[in-house]
Amino acid sequence: MISSSIVIAASFLYVLILFAVAWFGDKRAAEGRSIIASPWVYALSMAVYCTAWTYFGSVGRAANTGMWFLPIYLGPMLAMILAWIVLRKMIRIAKTYRITSIADFISSRYGKSRMLASLVTLITVVGIVPYIALQLKAISSGYAILTTPLGEPRPEMGLRLGDSTLYIALALAGFTIMFGTRHLDTTERHEGMVAAIAFESIVKLVAFLAVGIFVVYGVFNGVGDLFTQALADETLKPLLMLGQGTKEFAYPQWFALTLLAMLSVIFLPRQFQVMVVENVDERHLKRASWVFPLYLLLINLFVLPIAIGGLLFFGQGQADPDYFVLSLPLAHGYEWLALFVFVGGLSAATGMVIVEAIAVSTMVCNDLVMPFLLRTERFGSRASGDLTGLLLMIRRIAILGILLLGYLYFRVAGEAYALVSIGLISFAAVAQFAPAMLGGMYWKAGNRQGALTGLLIGFALWTYTLLLPSLVKSGWLDTGFMTEGLFGLAWLKPEQLFGLQGLDNLTHALFWSLFANIGAYVLVSLWTRPEAREASQALLFVDVFERTASTHPVFWQGRAKLSDLRNLTERFLGADKTERLLTDYARRLGLIQAKDIPANAQLVQYVETQLAGAIGTGSARMMVASVVEEEQLDLDDVMRILEEASQLRAYSKALEEKSLSLEKATSELRTANEQLKSLDKLKDDFMSSVTHELRTPLTSIRAFTEMMLDDDEMEADQRRQFLEIVVGEAERLGRLVNQVLDMAKIEAGHAEWHSSDVDIQSVVQQAVNSISGMYLENGLSLTLHSGTASIAPIRADPDRLMQVMLNLLSNAAKFVPHPGGKVDVYITDAPEGVTVAVQDNGKGIAQHEQEQVFEKFRQAGEFSDRPQGTGLGLPISRQIVEHFGGRMWLESELGAGARFSFFLPRLNEAQQLEITEEENR
Amino acid sequence: MLRGMTSARLIALFLFGCALLNFPLLALWDKDATILGVPLFPAALFIIWAGMIAVLAWLMETDER
Repeated sequence: MISSSIVIAASFLYVLILFAVAWFGDKRAAEGRSIIASPWVYALSMAVYCTAWTYFGSVGRAANTGMWFLPIYLGPMLAMILAWIVLRKMIRIAKTYRITSIADFISSRYGKSRMLASLVTLITVVGIVPYIALQLKAISSGYAILTTPLGEPRPEMGLRLGDSTLYIALALAGFTIMFGTRHLDTTERHEGMVAAIAFESIVKLVAFLAVGIFVVYGVFNGVGDLFTQALADETLKPLLMLGQGTKEFAYPQWFALTLLAMLSVIFLPRQFQVMVVENVDERHLKRASWVFPLYLLLINLFVLPIAIGGLLFFGQGQADPDYFVLSLPLAHGYEWLALFVFVGGLSAATGMVIVEAIAVSTMVCNDLVMPFLLRTERFGSRASGDLTGLLLMIRRIAILGILLLGYLYFRVAGEAYALVSIGLISFAAVAQFAPAMLGGMYWKAGNRQGALTGLLIGFALWTYTLLLPSLVKSGWLDTGFMTEGLFGLAWLKPEQLFGLQGLDNLTHALFWSLFANIGAYVLVSLWTRPEAREASQALLFVDVFERTASTHPVFWQGRAKLSDLRNLTERFLGADKTERLLTDYARRLGLIQAKDIPANAQLVQYVETQLAGAIGTGSARMMVASVVEEEQLDLDDVMRILEEASQLRAYSKALEEKSLSLEKATSELRTANEQLKSLDKLKDDFMSSVTHELRTPLTSIRAFTEMMLDDDEMEADQRRQFLEIVVGEAERLGRLVNQVLDMAKIEAGHAEWHSSDVDIQSVVQQAVNSISGMYLENGLSLTLHSGTASIAPIRADPDRLMQVMLNLLSNAAKFVPHPGGKVDVYITDAPEGVTVAVQDNGKGIAQHEQEQVFEKFRQAGEFSDRPQGTGLGLPISRQIVEHFGGRMWLESELGAGARFSFFLPRLNEAQQLEITEEENR
Repeated sequence: MLRGMTSARLIALFLFGCALLNFPLLALWDKDATILGVPLFPAALFIIWAGMIAVLAWLMETDER
C-alpha cells in the first residue's frame, strides 16, 4: 500500500504541472506563438476520448468478455476515415458562424431555435452525468485500492469512500473552473486547456504502456508465455476466441457498439469541443485523422495481456478486473509504478471532466440559462451594465452543478455497474444527436420540427429503455417495471419494447431510439413546411464549402442603428472587446473610423455572429432582434436574397471572366499591332527598294538621253550605242514594273491562272531549250536529267511553270563561274508529286542567307558583287509553286554550289477544285 | 479532381473497413491458431486496424492539395 498522503501529494503535484502547462499554453497564445497549432497536438487533444473508462474499464471488460472491449475503439477508427469529409465540414460551418457547442450547432442549423438548443442541452446534461460519475468512481476506487493494505478487503461503499468521492468531485470542479472560465472569449477557445489535455494524453499513454510492459515482461516471460498459459486454461481460452466457446457471437451487438462509438467520437460534447471548437487549422485534420486512431491502437495494445495476466495471477473473481492496472504492480511490490499508473488514470479522468464540463457549462449557460434570463422582463430592462461577469458566473455554477450531479448518480447507481456499462449509457444518449447533426449538414429539407420530434422521441426511448433500467438495477425503482412492463403491460417492458427480443439491452435501446429518431426526423421534415429562417440556415450549412466570405447571402432585412448594436455588444463582451471588434470590421470595409460603419444587414449579421460566440445562437438572435427594427422574412424573401447572392456571385464570376477575356483581347491586339507594324515596315522597305530599283535605270536613261540632247554633233555610232543602253534600261524598267505588278497580283489573289494538265517533262525541256542559247553564248553547260519513263501530268499553269523554270535557270547562269559553269536539271517522279531540282556549281549561299533569297529585293552576297536582277524572281517563283500546293526550297553550302528545288503535288479533285475556285475569285 | 478522388477513396476505405470488422468476415479468424504467440482473433483485429491506419495515413499524407 501507499500512504494516502503520498497519493494526495502526488495528485496535487500532477495538477500543478497541468496548470503550468496550461499557463504556458495561454502565454504563448497571447504572444501569438501558439503551441497547439500543430496536427500532433490536435491529435493528442482528440485522445481525450480515452477516459478512465479506457484506462481502467477496458481491462475489466476484456477480463469478462475478451475482445469485446475493442469495438469502442474500432468505431472511432472508422469514423476518422471520414473525418476529412464530415468533420472538416463541421469545422468550416462552426468557424464561419461562430458555433461553440453541439446545442448551438443544431439550433443554428434549424432556424436558430432556442427550444432545440435547450432540448439538446438537456439531453447532454442528463446523458453525460453517468459518464462524469464513471470518472469519479474510477478515481475514488483507484485511490482506495492504492491506500488499502495488501490482502485486506477494499472498504465497501461506505461513508469514507463516499466522502472522498465528494471531495474529488469538488476538487475537479474547482480545477475546471480555474481552467476554463477565467476569461470570456467569443470563440470559446481555450489554448491552455488544449495544451494541458495533450500533455495528459501523453501521460496516460506512457503510464498505460508502462504497466502493460511490466505485466507482459515483468510478471510473465513475454507475450508468448502469457498466451500459452492462458490457452492452457480452459476457463480463459474462450476469452481469446471469437465464439467464446458455446456462446453464439453476437454480431448485432458488435455492430451496435462500433456504430455507437463511431457516433460518440464526434458527438460527445468534449469531442466536439476539442475537434471542432478548439481546432486551429482545418488542415491539421489530415494528419490527426490517422494519428488519433494510431494513439487508440497503442493504448489498447496491452489491454488484453493485462486482463489475461490479472486473471492468471489473481484467479477469476478474486480481484476487481477494472483495477488490474493498479493491483498487479502493487501485488508485486512495484508501488511507484502503481502510483505512476494512478496518475495516468487521474490524467484520463481529469482530462475528460475538464473538457466535458467546460463544453456542457457553455451549453447550459448559452442555451438554457441565458434565454431564460433574457426573456424575463425585469432582467432584460435592468441589466444594462456589463454582463460578462454574469456569464462567467453562470458557467462556474454550471460546472459545479454538473460535477455534483455526477456525484449524485455515483451515489445512486454507481456501485451496481461496471465502468463500461455506465459509459455506454452516455454514448447512447449523445448518439441521438447524429440524425439532426448529419442530416442538417447534408440534407437541406431537414427542418426544425423534424429535428425536434426526432430528438424528443429518441431521448424518451433512451430514457425508457436504458436510463430507467439502470436505476432499477441499482434498486431505486420497483423491479416490477422491468419484469412486468409499465402498468403491467408486457409489450412495454423497457428491455423488450414491443416484444423485440434477442438483443442485449444496449443494442435494443440503441436500435429503438435511433430508429424512432431517424424515422421521426425524416418523416416530419418531409411533411411540414420549414420557416424562412430555417430554409436560409439550411442553405448556409449544407453549401458551406460553396460560398466565400464575400458572397455570403445575409438573410436579414430591417433598420438598425450602430449605437444600439454597439451598446448591445458592450453588455455581453465588454467595452474594450467591442471597440476592437468594430475597428476590425471597419478596417475590413476600408473605413478609417468605426463610427462610419453603415448600419446594414451585414453589420447586424456580424454583431449577431460575435454575440453568438458568447451567449449562443438563439440568445444572440433574440438580443439583436430586441435592439433593431426587423422585418419578418418569408420564404420568398429568402429565395430573393439567395437569388441576389447567387447573382452577385455570378456577377463577380462574369466580371472576372470579362476581365480575363479583356486581357486576352489586349494581348491579341498587341500581337496584331506588332504584326501590323512589321508589315508596315516591310511595305516601307518594299517601297524604298522598288523606288531604288526604279531610280537606277531611270537615272541612266536620263543621263544618256540628256547627253544626246545636248550634243547635236554626236557621232552616229556613239548615239547608237547610247540608244541601245537606253533601250536596255527601259526594258529592264519594264520588266521590273511587270514583275512588281505580277507580285502584287499574286499576293492579292488577282493573278490570272490558266490551269490545265501539264506534262512537266516537256515544260522543263522547253525552258531548257529556250535558255540554252544564252548558256552556250557564255560558255556554260546545261544538262537535263530526266528518267526515260513518262511522267503522269500535273495540274498547273504551264506558262507560270515556264516562268519559274526560266527564272531558276537564269539565276543559276548568273552565279556560276564564267566560263566553266555547269548547271544540271533533275526531274524525279513520285506517287505524291514531281520534284524538279536545278543544281549549279557556283560559290553557294551561306546558311544564314538561304531563307533571305526568297524575300523580295533580297539577293545573296555582298551588295557590290550582286549580279544584275530585280530581286523579285525567286519570291514570285515561290509564290507560283505554293499556289499549286507545292513548295520551293534551297540546299546549299558555301563553296559547294546551290540546289534550288521545287515540288509539285498531285492533288485530288477536291483540292484541285479549291485551287480553281481560288483562281476564279 | 484529385480532391474528389480523395473523398471517394476515403469512402471506399470506410466501407471496406466496415465490412472487414463485421459479420461475416470476422468469422474468418475464429480458429485455434496463434501468430507469434498471440491467438489469431485478437492478432487479426489489431493487424486489420493497423492496416487501416496505414492506408488512411497514406491517403491523407500523399495528396498535398
